[in-house]
Amino acid sequence: MGLEQFKNRNVGTQEYKVLNLQESPKTPMAKFTQVAKRTFKGELFVGLGVTVREMFNALFRGQMHTVKYPLEKLPISPRYRAIHEMLRLLESGHYRCIGCGLCEKICISNCITMETRYDENQRKEVSEYTINFGRCIFCGYCAEVCPELAIVHGPRYETASEQRASFSLFEDMLTPIDKLSLQQEYDGFGAVSPNADENIKKTPLAY
Amino acid sequence: METTTLIGQLPEVTAAGVAIKAILILAIISAIAGFGTYLERKVLAFMQRRLGPTHVGPYGLLQIAADGIKLFTKEDIVPQHANSLIFKVAPVITAATAFIALAGVPVFPDFTIPEFIPVLGGTFVPSIASDVNVGILFVIGMMAAGLYGPLLAGMAQANKWGIIGAARTAIQFLSYEVVTGLSLLAPIMLVGSLSLIDFNEAQSGGITSWFIWQQPVAFVLFLIAGFAETNRTPFDLLEHEAEVISGYATEYSGMRWGMFFIGEYANMITISILAAVVFLGGYNDFGFIAGWIMILLKVAFFFFLMLWVRAAWPHVRPDQLMWLCWKVLMPIAVINVVVTGIVMMV
Repeated sequence: MGLEQFKNRNVGTQEYKVLNLQESPKTPMAKFTQVAKRTFKGELFVGLGVTVREMFNALFRGQMHTVKYPLEKLPISPRYRAIHEMLRLLESGHYRCIGCGLCEKICISNCITMETRYDENQRKEVSEYTINFGRCIFCGYCAEVCPELAIVHGPRYETASEQRASFSLFEDMLTPIDKLSLQQEYDGFGAVSPNADENIKKTPLAY
Repeated sequence: METTTLIGQLPEVTAAGVAIKAILILAIISAIAGFGTYLERKVLAFMQRRLGPTHVGPYGLLQIAADGIKLFTKEDIVPQHANSLIFKVAPVITAATAFIALAGVPVFPDFTIPEFIPVLGGTFVPSIASDVNVGILFVIGMMAAGLYGPLLAGMAQANKWGIIGAARTAIQFLSYEVVTGLSLLAPIMLVGSLSLIDFNEAQSGGITSWFIWQQPVAFVLFLIAGFAETNRTPFDLLEHEAEVISGYATEYSGMRWGMFFIGEYANMITISILAAVVFLGGYNDFGFIAGWIMILLKVAFFFFLMLWVRAAWPHVRPDQLMWLCWKVLMPIAVINVVVTGIVMMV
């Protein structure tokens, strides 16, 4: 099942048919003719035909509607905002976060806490980073404000866990180093738009 | 009634054979009734583009066992203000009459138990448990008596939905019974016998000798009345969930409710067999296909038709059912009988 049919919000452009509901018959003769007409018109068999057609569609043409949820999941939009993920740089494998603290600053429910320090190379290092998912409202501001696309929203929407802290540590959200090749680039909220190149203009230097 | 020709060629039917047949019918039809619930859920699901039961066993086949365990282990509740005796007897009436009705119709082919089996070896097990010469009358009467189950159950359980269900049972019973009898009267006139074996013999001359060609109107009428008799969808007034919760079965749970269910499915099988034997050539051989396969195919078709109709059609109001049966179907049935009589006289 593709994503397209879920994205189609064009309600109103479909082909609606207006039913031709005539007035109920008044005289006994008119009633009788209506009954006789309906009896021999075979409308009932149209209904039977529809159901058996749908059965064949479901069984042999792959139009079964059931999604066996825990086993298979519907595709979600790339702009979906679920549990956060911290991404790594593809070349070095180092985490992308530069410790600027913008996400902590912009978070409207104050659920991001981070501590940074300078490492031996005088580079900002994230020593502690937690998101309190009990407070998080998944507004997406942190991902939008992040200049490095380091904190993004992932597709993990099943957030039931035994402990509150389960998802919220930096190491839990960070892409595992052995799964680096599988890291998906985020194209949701805050990401560079697909036509970003077209929008770049030369900065006029001459006044 | 003259003796039927089929009996003469076959070994003598002993009491032991009939007893074995009765046990066979009870065991197999009960199992098929359980399997029928699985089939119904699957077919309805496919027609609505769902999957139906899938998780218990391969293709969900063990769902029947799971349902059975659930039904047997459920708490047995008799409501406080219910008439407890009638409340307990009513489901037994439905299930028992359904199986008694099956005694009069041919179910499964006849066979002789091999000689090497001790005690029972050589016993001939007939196709019909009890070949009464008024077979149709017996079966129809028994199935009609089966509606005492819902009627008594609905009135005994001290529940308003039950009362409505019982009232609708009475309505339904009064409506379809006339049509069933009158629609079957025309083929009975043609055959001149009430025995189902005579019906089978009369249609032994291939597909052109089936009574559906001579009596198409009677066939349609009988089918409609049969749907009403088994409480199937266009006429499932007795327990329609959206209107009367579960109607006569509102207060029932566990195996008491299960007996209503088994009775309903056994009735569906009986009606299917009746329609196959009376109108569609019964268990005669069809070309190279053996007779017992033919009747299984026909019964399976009618069973599927009942599920199909349930998926496709809405159901009617009680007053519409009475209107249909008394003002439309009964006159047509009477005209059919009269025309058949005139044609036979000429």
